[in-house]
Amino acid sequence: MKKLTRDQMAARVARDIPEGAYVNLGIGLPTMVANHLPREREVFLHSENGLLGMGPAPATGEEDYDLINAGKQPVTLLPGGAFFHHADSFAMMRGGHLDICVLGAFQVSATGDLANWHTGGADAIPAVGGAMDLAIGAKKTLVMMEHLTKSGESKIVERCSYPLTGIACVSRIYTDLAVIDVTPQGLRVVETIEGLAFDELQRLTGVPLLGKEN
Amino acid sequence: MIDKLADSVAVALEGVRDGATVMIGGFGGAGQPGELIDGLIAQGARDLTIVNNNAGNGETGLAALLATGRVRKIICSFPRQVDSQVFDGLYRAGKIELELVPQGNLAERIRAAGAGIGGFFTPTGYGTDLARGKETREIDGRMYVLESPIHADVALIKAEAGDRWGNLVYRKTARNFGPIMAMAAKLTVASVHEVAALGELDPENIVTPGIFVQRIVKVPRTATGPAGFKQAA
Repeated sequence: MKKLTRDQMAARVARDIPEGAYVNLGIGLPTMVANHLPREREVFLHSENGLLGMGPAPATGEEDYDLINAGKQPVTLLPGGAFFHHADSFAMMRGGHLDICVLGAFQVSATGDLANWHTGGADAIPAVGGAMDLAIGAKKTLVMMEHLTKSGESKIVERCSYPLTGIACVSRIYTDLAVIDVTPQGLRVVETIEGLAFDELQRLTGVPLLGKEN
Repeated sequence: MIDKLADSVAVALEGVRDGATVMIGGFGGAGQPGELIDGLIAQGARDLTIVNNNAGNGETGLAALLATGRVRKIICSFPRQVDSQVFDGLYRAGKIELELVPQGNLAERIRAAGAGIGGFFTPTGYGTDLARGKETREIDGRMYVLESPIHADVALIKAEAGDRWGNLVYRKTARNFGPIMAMAAKLTVASVHEVAALGELDPENIVTPGIFVQRIVKVPRTATGPAGFKQAA
């Protein structure tokens, strides 16, 4: 078994983003999904600081720091793209207009609770940004994360121990080991990586998983 | 003749009092009115409450204002960044109060103030630490949190162009909080790079109508610099 690389994870998420979708890619790992959307597929990328129709990074020397993404990095605008103010931008999320958001996570619970904004550490300075609005606003919230922490603990948990970002908001989890749906019956494994049997995935995961058939 | 154009930044900032709540536009560096912030530092008002998405980058602009020690409290959504060392130091030393607000709630609370809304129920943050102690309500089977408007005494925003009636247009994603902060403050001061003759701005494209703007001041155009992220070496 060979865990998926971050690029392979991004490519796997990109496969599930259909033409015509309005999509917000969260800061960090999810940003990489954009690199794997086929050129011929028209997908509207939203950035919460106020643009739709976000294009790729500009060529070196062409950066315009009045045209940035939510991570404050320089981007470009595709023909047909639009600018708008912050209240409109978050109305697009909270109002249910955005089809998909892809977020990173510290933990996801068996019922789809998300923790991704704060470790709760005594010395940590909290920062939330648009995470809470995105988590509950998009029609579908997809999480993209490594399956295990660096010390080998499952990031899929019975109950989140980190402070919550949103309750029961995650619909699908993409990890470097598997794709898992959050369903009313529980967490259902959609697929595992090559060479990883269901039983082994179950052993590595902190909560009971449902197979495809049961 | 109505002319909202101030001769200088100092004139544009006359009357900002100690203890004021000051909204400052911008998302990182984009839309941050650096000249107006420098003017506020020179003006000397203290015991301020600042409303901004972030809490300053590097050592200039909002970070420089924080470094003066004249900011009592900051209301923002994303203080911690790779270059927020000024805020981080003040916060860890207990020298600044932080009210952390989810970004969409921050925007809507500002908008609500400008629109005369006394409060609103939002699903954002329900069940999280940032909604602790707030009134909640179930509406059509979904849980919501009551949030209150954020009013300001002063808004300092950056626009691309304006005219003597205070109409404004913006540049790209530097628009961000400008239009809603302009609505939420008693005194809105906008820096502009171009002063247009009345009628020159296309009325179909004016983003902030002059009713929300009390003063404009022309500042030289300087390219917005990078802020708030780790640059590749």
